[in-house]
Amino acid sequence: MFDSLTGRLGEIFDGLKKRGALSETDVTEALREVRIALLEADVALPVVKDFIAGVRDRALGQEVLRSVTPGQMVIKIVHDHLVETLGGDPQDEKEIGKDSGVDLGGNPPVAVLVVGLQGSGKTTSCAKLANLIKKREKKKVLMASLDIYRPAAQQQLAILGQQSDTAVLPVVQDEQPAAIAKRAMETGRREGYDVIILDTAGRLHVDETMMAEAAAVKEVAHPVETLLVADAMTGQDAVTLADSFHQQVGLTGIVLTRVDGDARGGAALSMRAVTGKPIKLMGVGEKLDEMEPFQASRVAGRILGMGDVVGLVERAADVLDQEKAEKLARKMSKGEFSLEDMLDQFKQIRKMGDVKGLLGMLPGVGKIKQQLEGANIDNSMLAKQEAIILSMTLAERRNPKLLNGSRRRRIATGSGSTVQDVNRLLKQHRQMGTMMKKMGKMGRKGMMPGRGLPPELLSQMPPMKQGPFG
Amino acid sequence: MTEMLSEQKQSLGWLARMRKGLSRSSAKLTGGITDLFTKRKLDDDALEELEELLIRSDLGVTTATKLTQSLANSRFNQEVSSEEIRGALADDMATILEPVAQTISIYQAYKPHVILVCGVNGSGKTTTIAKMAGLFKHVGFKVVLAAGDTFRAAAVEQLQIWGERIDCPVISRPIGSDAAGLAYDALEKARAERADILLIDTAGRLQNKTDLMAELQKIVRVLKKVDENAPHDCLLVLDATVGQNAHNQVEVFREMVNVTGLAVTKLDGSAKGGVVVALAEKFDLPVHFIGVGESMEDMRAFDARAFARSLMGLEVGERGEK
Repeated sequence: MFDSLTGRLGEIFDGLKKRGALSETDVTEALREVRIALLEADVALPVVKDFIAGVRDRALGQEVLRSVTPGQMVIKIVHDHLVETLGGDPQDEKEIGKDSGVDLGGNPPVAVLVVGLQGSGKTTSCAKLANLIKKREKKKVLMASLDIYRPAAQQQLAILGQQSDTAVLPVVQDEQPAAIAKRAMETGRREGYDVIILDTAGRLHVDETMMAEAAAVKEVAHPVETLLVADAMTGQDAVTLADSFHQQVGLTGIVLTRVDGDARGGAALSMRAVTGKPIKLMGVGEKLDEMEPFQASRVAGRILGMGDVVGLVERAADVLDQEKAEKLARKMSKGEFSLEDMLDQFKQIRKMGDVKGLLGMLPGVGKIKQQLEGANIDNSMLAKQEAIILSMTLAERRNPKLLNGSRRRRIATGSGSTVQDVNRLLKQHRQMGTMMKKMGKMGRKGMMPGRGLPPELLSQMPPMKQGPFG
Repeated sequence: MTEMLSEQKQSLGWLARMRKGLSRSSAKLTGGITDLFTKRKLDDDALEELEELLIRSDLGVTTATKLTQSLANSRFNQEVSSEEIRGALADDMATILEPVAQTISIYQAYKPHVILVCGVNGSGKTTTIAKMAGLFKHVGFKVVLAAGDTFRAAAVEQLQIWGERIDCPVISRPIGSDAAGLAYDALEKARAERADILLIDTAGRLQNKTDLMAELQKIVRVLKKVDENAPHDCLLVLDATVGQNAHNQVEVFREMVNVTGLAVTKLDGSAKGGVVVALAEKFDLPVHFIGVGESMEDMRAFDARAFARSLMGLEVGERGEK
């Protein structure tokens, strides 16, 4: 998400960087582009106007004209302003602690009410939130579905409960939402739950009956948190919907879903600005552990092409198999690096997700990305190389010296590639081996450019604590 | 051999329904325009405000600028009323929309005519399939459904419940099964049963997830093993609340699985649906259906003029009421 806005602002500020000082015309020019970029990123118009006005005030001030690099100053102003609008503190890089990001204070059981439009991702978010609370706060969670309208909605939550090992209130036929909420709270009290998550039916904010229903549920449950679940892809309507939900139900926070998509996510800015309520969480994948506390500086950083290094490192730490990595590191320091190890590496990289997506998270890649499009660096390339190795016998993988011409031809045919592809892979493997031997001698410190790495990927990655090379 | 849906009788309520749904979208838009032009000179300021109003309806900067520009060319500095402006804008939008307002053509000779339904998560694929199935059944086709969302919890059950309601067989496999395999089975079964239409549901997927898009391509590949022309239609379901990301969605899905038409859902919210105008201009993909509510009747064919005029808060008029 946010990639295109990144590109746009990058272009604008490239222009600015080249000049020594900023005139008022420059700022006006740049801000006009910023305005269009924000609008195209789905930031709602009124919010854009405020934002631009705020940046202009700061940019036209003395600080810019006197600063040594005015372009950078403007970038900083836009960035800080973005972070602030998103509800973060530009000075504080790590504003998020280790808790779940939601407020669970009060006498247990406390209720968390989850509302939103149809298809915004409420039910999945409920299960993810339950997971997060259990994991990070070690609390006992009960979920209840109040969606008596959509076919199989209650079943969906029940299944997600099973998958995440979270208790779900049993369904009683024909029970109304407010009654379900009441029963959930009673069950919670009786059975000693700390947190009750109430999943509601999707509703349009213009549907008065349904909004009244939500308000009625709120009366019964007295939730400590009323969270609006909204799609990161939402357009200009984000202001209207967030505002109406806030007016009619009263929100305490927002959950932004599908942040793993490529929407530019301007809705985040809009909703934060119009409700004044924090974006507390974001959904970053389909799996139940793919929800994170919202980090304003990180998101703003992505908007401005500073990359999402934090996200990348977290993802790497999540999926990389520590034990395997350590074993590999030991082997490598002894100069042993078989094709099987290489295969493992490809798999690890692929597990981290789409290669293009990963590149998008890196600083400064926003611009390079377009050039990369043509270079065909994507998962299919890794898949091809995996296929080549998989077409080898175990003996061949362990001892590539066995690979004579006829074996190479067989492998090429078996993997649907050419002998040249096979040769290229073997060469890469040799280079990696040599490099690793050197690194082993260097005591595994200060490892640098991975000359032979297939997509030059690992060398670009930020250091991982226990990465395959560290 | 073709049975055009356009020939079906428009049930009495549907235009009213659409207007009711859309009137929510248009209330704000037209309110804004009325404020702007009770009778005033169409100068630069007025044009800028007009452009902003269109942007606020998700038309996007490019389309909004273009529409405003065309208005400026013909009426700059003239005294205009709100009514005139709305009419003119609706006409311009209708011109853009008319080429894409095409009902889906079902070819009975295919036995079955395969329609693959795809889209991002939460766009309304399953509900749209149910509504389509209801509509197709209503006009006399034999319809089979395939519960191809084998990923999301209870997605299969959701379609099965709809299947029972509209009395359509639903072909399914347990959650976690291979969707392509299911699609293959479904097509063979539908063929054996001489069904007219096979509607295949798929799991929601974000267009930037390479693996999931490849999985969708696999479904298409596997279908072609049974019928090399299948799927005969590939419908992309778009949520009207989506903003400019709709462009990406259409672009990527079209590239991956050759989308042949669009369905736009949730037009009964306050979302403006303006993105449809921008999409029509850019991609020239037919809009087969729009969804304006949650019940079975709340989906119909897309009528460009009615849509444009409703969007601008105008009476749909003779042409729309045919």
